[in-house]
Amino acid sequence: MTKWLEENTPKLVLAPSFIAVLIFVYGFIAWTAWVSFTRSRLLPRYDIEGLIQYERLFASPRWDTALNNLFVFGILFILIAMVLGLILAILLDQNIRTEGAIRTIYLYPMALSMIVTGTAWKWILNPGLGIEAMVRGWGFESFTFDWLVNPNMAIYTVVIAAIWQSSGFVMALFLAGLRSVDGEIIKAAQVDGIPTWRIYTAIIIPSMAPIFLSAFIVLSHLAIKSFDLVIALTGGGPGYATDLPATYMYAMAFSRGDIGQAASSAMIMMMVVFAIVVPYLYSELRSKDD
Amino acid sequence: MTDISMTSAQSQSQTGKIVLRWLLYIALGLFALFYLMPLFVMITTSLKSLDEIRTGDLIALPREVTFDAWRTAWSGACTGIQCEGVRPYFWNSILIAIPAVAISTLLGAMNGYVVAHWRFRGANIIFSLMLFGCFIPFQVVLLPMARTLGIMGIAGTIPGLIFVHVIYGLGFTTLFFRNYYVTIPSELTKAAKVDGAGFFRIFWSIFLPLSLPIIVVTVIWQFTQIWNDFLFGVSFSQAGTQPVTVALNNIVNSTTGVKEYNVDMAAAIIAALPTLFVYVVAGKYFIRGLTAGSVKG
Repeated sequence: MTKWLEENTPKLVLAPSFIAVLIFVYGFIAWTAWVSFTRSRLLPRYDIEGLIQYERLFASPRWDTALNNLFVFGILFILIAMVLGLILAILLDQNIRTEGAIRTIYLYPMALSMIVTGTAWKWILNPGLGIEAMVRGWGFESFTFDWLVNPNMAIYTVVIAAIWQSSGFVMALFLAGLRSVDGEIIKAAQVDGIPTWRIYTAIIIPSMAPIFLSAFIVLSHLAIKSFDLVIALTGGGPGYATDLPATYMYAMAFSRGDIGQAASSAMIMMMVVFAIVVPYLYSELRSKDD
Repeated sequence: MTDISMTSAQSQSQTGKIVLRWLLYIALGLFALFYLMPLFVMITTSLKSLDEIRTGDLIALPREVTFDAWRTAWSGACTGIQCEGVRPYFWNSILIAIPAVAISTLLGAMNGYVVAHWRFRGANIIFSLMLFGCFIPFQVVLLPMARTLGIMGIAGTIPGLIFVHVIYGLGFTTLFFRNYYVTIPSELTKAAKVDGAGFFRIFWSIFLPLSLPIIVVTVIWQFTQIWNDFLFGVSFSQAGTQPVTVALNNIVNSTTGVKEYNVDMAAAIIAALPTLFVYVVAGKYFIRGLTAGSVKG
């Protein structure tokens, strides 16, 4: 008995966590997937009815807006955060004496809750007393900056706040990447008289491809899961103008009482995440085993 | 003649370098302003009176510093019907974060130790399955979790939120410890086994004493995640058990009475203080956690 216990201790230690993950991750995904194929409304029902929820979902103008917003928000957010992060990293890589302090300033938003970020930007961007009022107060009476309450522009305020929050983190990733490039190659290039910008575009940046990939994965993951920021900044409004899949799912689950729609929208979100993450994880795990 | 032209060319490139250097610092400074501006505006707004906010300038310093907004935010602001400020919710967040961080870190350490040094058939698959769990959008588990918490009798309670945070934190904590422990040579474990030390003895006397850096990274990561969480907090709490992020959102979006921007800002800063403090004190470990959490494996 003690011998058996001794031999199986590692398995017994891992077992509770493994069982928890099996139930609360995979079991729950299965539950949600199942319910997404039923007629569930306020209460879950378990008889499969096919794709009815997905048909309802893709017929809903609100979901249409949410998906469109995800594309607009996701593409702008990822692109700008990566470009900005790369620029900041390259600027900081020029033997800056106060690098530590500047890095701390660029990165601190990452420590904040998205709710805090949303609250701050909601105040700054509100037309009545924020930037718009400030610039008007300086004498530019016709200045307008009402994106926060303009249904066509509100999604861009989410982009601004999200970039403010996350670009410093992308910078940290890229900075680590720049530092890991072989110094000998750069020195040789400098001796050959190759200009600095060519060293960056031809040697350093191409060798950072894996870092671009992980930055992309992290940012797209953040974009798809974006929920708190929209809730705090715009509440999904004006109207549904800044709804994202995550806020749509939440509204269906907890305020509309439409479990079927909540489940099917959650499944679509998961498929989008997996379409991006699975190939990446697979290649990562493969290369680890080799 | 050639000498003179050389030196003039050299001095020209010298001035060019100095100008470039200046431009570089100006650019860095402008970006720093961009990142600092919201924090600056939050702090100054929280120290102004409402009258001054209505008549004044967004980025102007307060003419008269008042801490009234802070007092109201801490103990008087309304989150819907209740008007107790963020104080009770701040304590809720602490009551949620401390046990959840402790339990998930401890379990992560044990799991990481097993996966890295006590491999058995299937251990790798188990680890991969746990790792995948880190990536799911939590929306996909919200509905069944709400029902499960109800069945377990901990719906809307602080233990319920602790439970949820432990479960969905396990993947990351296991990953952190596993990646740290694989760098410890397995000869060490083998030698200890030969000397008759068992599973727990080796963990306790060899691994744990070496683990301080990764414990710090994991605790900071988990604390930041749990403190800043909103989705679980808003989905699985009820009046009285909400964490501070949910209370903050309720204060900001409460529609009753006059909009008190200074109180909103003070409440936001209060909600941000613990994680900002951790960042300032242990920034190095914070960044290490971020990069370890993103560049997985």
